[in-house]
Amino acid sequence: MTSEPRRATDTDPPRTWERRILVLYAHPSPDRSEVNRHLADAAIRTQGVTLVDLYGEYPDYGIDVDREQARLRAHEVIVFLHPLYWYSTPAILKEWQDLALEHGFAYGTEGTALHGKIFFSALTAGGPELAYRAEGFHHFGIRELLNPLEQTAHLCGMVYLPPFALFSARTALEEGRLETHIADWVTLLKALRDDRLDISHAQKLRMLNAELPSLIRED
Amino acid sequence: MDGMLFQLFVYLCAAVVAVPIAKRLGLGSVLGYLIAGIIIGPALGLVGDETSEIRHFAELGVVMMLFLIGLELDPSTLWQMRARLLGMGGLQVALSALLIAAAALILGADWRLALAVGLIFSLSSTAIVMQTLSEKGLAGTQGGRSSFSVLLFQDIALVPLLAVLPLLASPELMLINADALAHAPTAANAVAQVEEMSLVAGLPGWAHGLVVLGAIAAILFGGYFLSRPLLRFVAESRLREIFTATVLLLVVGIALLMTLVDLSPALGTFIAGVILANSEFRHELESDIEPFKGILLGLFFITVGAGIDVEILFGDFATVLGLTLGVILLKGCVLFGLARLFRLKTPDRWLFTLGLAQAGEFGFVLLNFSMANSVIATEDAKLLSLVVALSMLLTPALFVIYDKLIQPHRSRMEPAEADEIDEQGPVIIAGIGRFGQIVNRLLIASGVRTVVLDHEAAQIETQHRFGIKSFFGDATRPDLLHAAGIEDAQLLIVAIDDRDRAVQLVEYVKRRYPSVKVLARAFDMNHLYLLRKAGADVALREVFDASLRLGAEALKELGMHPFKVEKMARAFRRHDEAGLDQLYELWDEHPDVSRNRAIMARAREHRETLAQLMETDRLQLHDRTERGWTPPPTGAQE
Repeated sequence: MTSEPRRATDTDPPRTWERRILVLYAHPSPDRSEVNRHLADAAIRTQGVTLVDLYGEYPDYGIDVDREQARLRAHEVIVFLHPLYWYSTPAILKEWQDLALEHGFAYGTEGTALHGKIFFSALTAGGPELAYRAEGFHHFGIRELLNPLEQTAHLCGMVYLPPFALFSARTALEEGRLETHIADWVTLLKALRDDRLDISHAQKLRMLNAELPSLIRED
Repeated sequence: MDGMLFQLFVYLCAAVVAVPIAKRLGLGSVLGYLIAGIIIGPALGLVGDETSEIRHFAELGVVMMLFLIGLELDPSTLWQMRARLLGMGGLQVALSALLIAAAALILGADWRLALAVGLIFSLSSTAIVMQTLSEKGLAGTQGGRSSFSVLLFQDIALVPLLAVLPLLASPELMLINADALAHAPTAANAVAQVEEMSLVAGLPGWAHGLVVLGAIAAILFGGYFLSRPLLRFVAESRLREIFTATVLLLVVGIALLMTLVDLSPALGTFIAGVILANSEFRHELESDIEPFKGILLGLFFITVGAGIDVEILFGDFATVLGLTLGVILLKGCVLFGLARLFRLKTPDRWLFTLGLAQAGEFGFVLLNFSMANSVIATEDAKLLSLVVALSMLLTPALFVIYDKLIQPHRSRMEPAEADEIDEQGPVIIAGIGRFGQIVNRLLIASGVRTVVLDHEAAQIETQHRFGIKSFFGDATRPDLLHAAGIEDAQLLIVAIDDRDRAVQLVEYVKRRYPSVKVLARAFDMNHLYLLRKAGADVALREVFDASLRLGAEALKELGMHPFKVEKMARAFRRHDEAGLDQLYELWDEHPDVSRNRAIMARAREHRETLAQLMETDRLQLHDRTERGWTPPPTGAQE
C-alpha cells in the first residue's frame, strides 16, 4: 500500500485538523523494508496525514517541483520518513531538497512559504543507540549527524524538532520492538495533528521518542 | 431423416428448457440434463430404444472432457499427483470393491457375481463430478483435486477391469448363453460384429498386452512427434474449420484406436491431452473442442435420464432404491475414511465423500460387457444399470447438500487457504511480434507468468526456439481468450499488428471483463485515441520512446551534457503527454485528423509553447522548463 496512487487532495487536504502533516517517504526498495514500510502504512491510515512515496512517484528522480511546492504549502508539518543512509537521507530526499526548496520559495527574501512550519526526520538506523555518541563507533550523536537538516530547516524558517528514531532496526522485528515503535509513531503524528505536543520542550531533546509521553498533553 | 430431425429436436428442446431452469434453481446443469432426459424418456415416451445407441455416441463427450482435462495437466503436474493418484485412487477402488462385494455376498450372490458387481460399482462418474466441480469452481480446491486423482485412477483401472471381468463368468450363465447363441443367429451376428471391430479379440494374453502397449506407444509417439507438425501444417492454411476438423479427427481417432484394443477411450485421449499440454496449440485445441464436449456431455446426461427403465424401476422400486442408497452409503464410508487418512480439511472431506459416492458411466459399459461375457444375467444387469443411473441422478442432489450445508462454513473453517488465493492470474500478451517480444521478455525476467498468443504459427515457432512459452491462435477470438484464462487474468497486453482488431479486442475485453486491465500498443495518435476511447487503461505510441531516445543521443553527439539532455528529453516528454491529453478532448472519431480544424489549431499552439519553453530555457539562467537544480541569484544570500 505504500505506493498508493496520488490522491487528488494531496495538494489541498481539508482543513479539519489543527495541523495537516506531510510525510515524505523514501525507501528505495520498499518490498525489503522491515520497519519503514509499516510506518508508512500506519501514516496512510492516520487521518490528517498525507503520505508521499517519493521513489514510487518519481522512479526516474524527475521531481515535479510545482507539485511538491504545492504540497508543502498545503501542510503545516513536514516529515522525512527514511532509513539512515551514510548519516543522511536516501538520495531521492536529497534530490527533493535540491529541487523543491527553491530560492524565492523556501529561502531568500521572498522565500517565506515554509515559515513557521514544523519539520523533523523519522529515521531508522542499523547500529545500536550506544554507537551513536562521541565515544561510540559512529563518533557522533544522531542529532549532531542531522545538523545539515536542522540548518536547512532554520534557513527555511521552519521549527526543527529532533529525530524520531529507531536504532538496531534490523533486529527490531524479531525482538518485538516494532509494534511499540509503530504505536509511538501514530501517537506522535496524532499529537502533532491535534496540537497536543509540547513543541518548545521537544525542541531541546536529543530524540523525540525518548520522552514521548511527557511531551503530549491529554485533552 | 424426419425421424432423426425429430429426435434431435426433442433432445435439444428438452435441454434448452430444463437446463436453464435447473441452473436458476441452483441445481446445476447436470441435474437439469438428467431431468430433461427423464421427461422425454420415461415420462413422455418421446424417445425410446435408440437412447442406448445415442448414449454410446454421446460418450465421446466424456472422452473429449478427459482430453481437455489432459490439456490442463502437463506431465510434470501429473507426476506430482502420483501419490494421491495411486494411493487414494488405488485404495478407493480396492476398498469399495471389497465392501460392495461383501454386501452382495451377504445378500446371497455367488462370489463371482459379488466381486464383479463390487468392481463395477467401485467406479464413479467422471462426467458428472468433473462437470459439476468445474461449474461450481471447486475443481482447484483440495477436495476437487483429490476427486480428480481418484477419477483418473478409475479410468486407468478400467484396463485391468476389462481383462479381469471375463474370468468371473459364471458357469451356468455360460451354458445358457451358449445355448442362446446356437439358437439365435442374430445374437451371434452381433457378437461376431463386436469381434470384428477388435484388434485383440482371440489373442493370447501376452500378445494382447503387446498390442495394448503398442497402441499407447503409438499415442505417445504420435503426440510428441507427429501432432505438432500436422497442426502447424493445418494452421498455416488459415482455415479454421479444417483446424477444428483436425482436432476432432485426433480425438475420434485416438478413441477408436483405444476401443480397438479394449482400452478406455477416455484414457487414450487423456494421455494425448497431457502430451499436448505443453504445445503451442493448447488453447486453440481447448477452444475448438470445448463446444463439442459441452453438447455431447449434455446429450450423455440426457440419455442417462431417458434410459431409466420405468417398468423395472416401479416394479421393484424398493429394491432399486435400497441398492442405490446402499451403494452410495458404502462408497461414502470408504471415501470419508480415505479423506481422513489423507488429511483433507473438513469441507474438502465432505466434497470428496459426497461427490464420488455414485456409480459411474463406465458402469453401463462394464455391465453390458459383463452381460456379454456371461458374468451377469440379463435381468440382473438391467436392474443394476438402473442402480447406476439412479445413483448418478442422486449425485447432483448430494452436491446441493454440500452447497447448502458444508460450503457456507468453508470461509470460516479455513480463513487462509493461501495457495488458492495467492495464485495470481496470468498476464496475457496478444501478439508476439517485435513489440510483444520485448514486453514479454521483461515480464518473464521479472518473474511474471505470461500467456502469449499469436496467429502466426511461424512466429510461435521462433519463440519456442528461444524457450518462450506461447500459443497459436487468434487473440481476438473470445473463446481463445477464454481458454487462455482471461477471466482470471490481471492484465491483457494488446500488441497485435492489425490496428482495427486491436481496438475491437480492447473494446470487447473492457466490456466483458472490466476488471482486467488492458495495456495497448498504439501505432499513432489517432490509434492511441481510438484505443483510449475503447477503454484501454494504458496506450503508448510504439515509436515515441525510441524516437525520443534517438533525439537525445543526437543532442549528446552535438556535445550537450548528458544530464542536461536527459532533462530536456524529460521536459519534452511531459509537454508532449500533456498535449496528447488536451487534444483528446477535441478529438472525434473523424478518420482524418487533418480535417479537424480545432485539433489542428490546438496542436499548432502546443508546438509553439514547446518552442517557447525550450527557447526560454536556453536564454534564461532561471529555467522553468527542465526545473532541475537552479542556482540562486548571485548576492541573494543574507
